[in-house]
Amino acid sequence: MKCAPFDYIRASSVAEVVTTLAGCDGDGKILAGGQSLVPVLALRMARPSVLVDINRIAGIASVRPAGGAVEVGALTRHSALAAQAHHPLLAEAAKWIGHTAIRTRGTTGGSIAHADPAAELPVVAVATGATVSIAGPGGTRTTTADELFIGALTTSLADDEMITAITFPQPARWGFAEFARRHGDFALVTAVVTEIGGTVRITLGGVASIPVRATQAETVLAGGGTACAAAAAAAAEINPIPDLHGPAPFRRAITAEMVRRALAQAGID
Amino acid sequence: MDVTFSVNGDRVRLDVEPRRTLADALREDCGLTGTHLGCEHGVCGACTVLVDGEPVRGCLMFAVQADGTSLTTVEGLEGQDGELHPLQEAFVTHHGLQCGFCTPGMLMSALHLLDTEPDPGRQKIREEMSGNICRCTGYQGIVDAITAAAGAMAGDDGQDQ
Repeated sequence: MKCAPFDYIRASSVAEVVTTLAGCDGDGKILAGGQSLVPVLALRMARPSVLVDINRIAGIASVRPAGGAVEVGALTRHSALAAQAHHPLLAEAAKWIGHTAIRTRGTTGGSIAHADPAAELPVVAVATGATVSIAGPGGTRTTTADELFIGALTTSLADDEMITAITFPQPARWGFAEFARRHGDFALVTAVVTEIGGTVRITLGGVASIPVRATQAETVLAGGGTACAAAAAAAAEINPIPDLHGPAPFRRAITAEMVRRALAQAGID
Repeated sequence: MDVTFSVNGDRVRLDVEPRRTLADALREDCGLTGTHLGCEHGVCGACTVLVDGEPVRGCLMFAVQADGTSLTTVEGLEGQDGELHPLQEAFVTHHGLQCGFCTPGMLMSALHLLDTEPDPGRQKIREEMSGNICRCTGYQGIVDAITAAAGAMAGDDGQDQ
């Protein structure tokens, strides 16, 4: 349960992170809050030869309104995200992440880059149509949350790229509901309802390898259907993977209920 | 790698491997074995310590990352004459421990809770302590103890619920 040896680089700038990673030949990892990476290292599921610590880089931990959106620096701790008032949906989602001693360390950029399908922030990123700012050897680029998440724990980030900020559009109204067996656990199901640009989106976490839109449920709503009908449609359209935490019918039932609750919180019935 | 931090007010300078966790450095290099390691992957909360006043899993942070910080461990709770902290007194009185393995982490989480919220209700206590696992007490005694400690630290007799 001890990490394999690694070289430790304490980066002082984003440019230094990118340069260092580029020199690692794919064998370097960014160390942000460490709340997902360090367990992976301790269990020896990964043994990168270089860790690039970004915790001392100045200026990448701010939360600031940007037009109809909020830009969250990659190093923003979950505790800071939960405490900010600019983006109430993000604050609500952050409160559901782990426990206090996890939230004091874990970061927004880390959660997005780790891309756990049951984590809260990736679901909110897809639900709001977030854009992700990325620094790499060739300069900076932006991508969408939809294009970033390509599989469980897998993103379209290159080995020598670093997320610097995520910009979350402000929904006109929203609802957030999550079910986990124990308080602070990863979600069995997270349902996020957002109204973006006049369209109501229903986004689910924990039901597939990446956060997914419940498009058929959205169609039901757009056609004047009730929240209950939309919830039933969401439960029917997913293809949940049964495991020791719950069989597929149970996961469908919980999905319907979380969608119903998130819709109710958004004022849709 | 050289690392310097303060632990319970004492300045400490160590030369550690980068992979040395903060919890291991406290136990093995500083001799402060009050901080316990249960799961070593961030689930159980036994290794919780305060880093610049904030609770942190000592097994999920490397000692080199603590360079320049101020740490508080369970050893820092005792008073100048070695007397127990009101939280520790309350854990004794209210059966907040049996085997005691989880207790250091419980105490550090509870200390942060009472620092930030001097009068938490039982629901808030349960929520905040959910990151610390205990296999003996059934938690009721722990919630009772923190409730009583909140009263004692606020100047009550610590017996009211």
